[in-house]
Amino acid sequence: MSKDGTHDLELLRQMLRIRRFEERCVELYSASAIRGFLHLAIGEEACAVGVFQALGPEDAVVSTYREHGHALARGISMRAVLAELEGKVEGTSRGRGGSMHLFDAGARFYGGNAIVAGGLPVAIGLALADHLQGRRRVTACLFGDGAVAEGEFHESMNLAALWHLPVLFVCENNLYAMGTSLARAQAETDLALKASAYRMPAWAADGMSVRDVEDTARRAADAVRAGGGPYFVELRTYRFRAHSMYDPDRYRDKAEIERWKERDPIPALVTELTEAGLLSEATWRAIQDGVQAEVDDATAYAESGTLEPVEDLTRFCVADADADAGAEAVAGQALAESRVP
Amino acid sequence: MSAVTMVAAINAALRDAMDGDDKVVVFGEDVGRLGGVFRVTDGLSDRFGPQRCFDTPLAESGIVGLAIGLAIRGYRPVPELQFDGFSYPALDQALNQLAKYHSRSGGLVDLPVVVRIPSFGGIGSPEHHSESPETHFAHTAGLKVVCPSTPGDAYSMLREAIECPDPVVYLEPKQRYWTREEIDLPLRTEPMDQAVVRRAGDDVTLVAYGNAVATAMAAAAEAEVQAGLAVEVIDLRSLAPIDVDAVVASVEKTGRCVVVHEAPRTLGIGAEVAALVQERAFYHLEAPVLRATGFDTPYPPARLERDWLPGVDRVLDAVQAVWEQ
Repeated sequence: MSKDGTHDLELLRQMLRIRRFEERCVELYSASAIRGFLHLAIGEEACAVGVFQALGPEDAVVSTYREHGHALARGISMRAVLAELEGKVEGTSRGRGGSMHLFDAGARFYGGNAIVAGGLPVAIGLALADHLQGRRRVTACLFGDGAVAEGEFHESMNLAALWHLPVLFVCENNLYAMGTSLARAQAETDLALKASAYRMPAWAADGMSVRDVEDTARRAADAVRAGGGPYFVELRTYRFRAHSMYDPDRYRDKAEIERWKERDPIPALVTELTEAGLLSEATWRAIQDGVQAEVDDATAYAESGTLEPVEDLTRFCVADADADAGAEAVAGQALAESRVP
Repeated sequence: MSAVTMVAAINAALRDAMDGDDKVVVFGEDVGRLGGVFRVTDGLSDRFGPQRCFDTPLAESGIVGLAIGLAIRGYRPVPELQFDGFSYPALDQALNQLAKYHSRSGGLVDLPVVVRIPSFGGIGSPEHHSESPETHFAHTAGLKVVCPSTPGDAYSMLREAIECPDPVVYLEPKQRYWTREEIDLPLRTEPMDQAVVRRAGDDVTLVAYGNAVATAMAAAAEAEVQAGLAVEVIDLRSLAPIDVDAVVASVEKTGRCVVVHEAPRTLGIGAEVAALVQERAFYHLEAPVLRATGFDTPYPPARLERDWLPGVDRVLDAVQAVWEQ
């Protein structure tokens, strides 16, 4: 804890931003402003905020589909993230990516990914590029416990360790791969232990404590940056809401959810800082008001954004022919030409 | 001029591309120290060092994912997937990731990746080593798929693919690896997205690619001898996109079209060509478009291979069928 609490207050503010943002997403989803799938990380905010304290702007990030918090903690504007969720061209990637594929090359945020473990091999390539060029940069690769069962996890862990690549593997273990609990999916449920089989340092941290996450992530990122090869961090956390907006959440005991809610990282930090005399009622009110204002601003921004015109449907498929012809026009042309005897 | 094999042409294309741009890197299973199963990458690791031509573990998804990450960072990766069937474990990275990053990034990120895949049958190797994987890739928007049939094209199209800002799946007809052509390297042939007329004729159009081009040429020569038919042979070269204009121009002339490929018939490139021809040249057709293809079965063991592959006889049967309509 910093002496004047400035840093801790910032951690608190960032967690609250993510929480309030995702709560707004629920409303916008119910209002059909956000379509498709929506996966919330409410309860897991300490992971995103803690990990990103350890990364600099030169570092790269590869994420997973539950990544709104990662994007916000990375510093991508809330306006752009929400516009992306609403499919607006003002979004991080013109609305093409949506909730599961937030992508911002400028922020070196190389995408969420709807394929569980699909981002891991890509992270290895990014890290190899840094390694080949002798750059002391970290590629942070975030994924859930479900990814550990995928073949791409094992291919990537092995490649990173074999070639001593600067990858920080971050597993947000929320104990459920959608509806399948870790115990029903893994023979070895101690994921840090499993990772250590690849001959890389692997530590577990309390994913409900932003301070513990930050400390662990800093230690790991520093080691990676110093040329120590890959590092695996398991963050033991929990999502308070269902897997997605469609998920009836029948696979978890309500009492289990309530037990984890008692460890909600936001009130925990509020209590801690208040008791340490670092957070007054007025400061807490100001933080909440500031976050609320940002969420309202982002909502208005996204709402006033532009949906991609249908004429753009065939654009950006390939780079050298960002086609302006729609599929309908091509079909019409083919028909017209076939009528010429 | 010298007689250059396709293996040597591809090797030269990789070497020249690596000479010209230090961001071109080659990697895959046994491509470094061994120089590849078919010796396509022979000598590259010695010449350019293990940082630019290196071996990977057996991890096909990892190989394609590595290429994506490297390409995002400014490299021009040319990974090899050792055999056609081995590309299937990499389909997640190829179809879900490689093909989609450009669109997913709103057009901001290019992925100049060339995935080389020794492909098709005809060398007596079993299933998983004789597959025709083209439809899987050609069916996925965001990937270009090309397939040379001559050493000259193999060189030129690989150079062009490496220069291309988009992901290109480069299918090497391994049965043709040791065929020779009198050429001077370096050379540039027609752009890789254009089909080429290999033999001109007014009576029947044969459309082929890869190994099947040689079969089509042999069948065309036989049709002339046996029936006096002038058969035009079109080498598609690019399977995604297909140069439909070239095919249509030929069919407008001949009114008859047969597509030849090794891949199983159902939903193969032949189905797409037939659909395009009837869309664009329906009133020029004198007969239905026919296909001479592999069967809808797993690839057979070596002793049945010659019966399975569409050989000259099956192509001639199809030519005769469209001619007699």
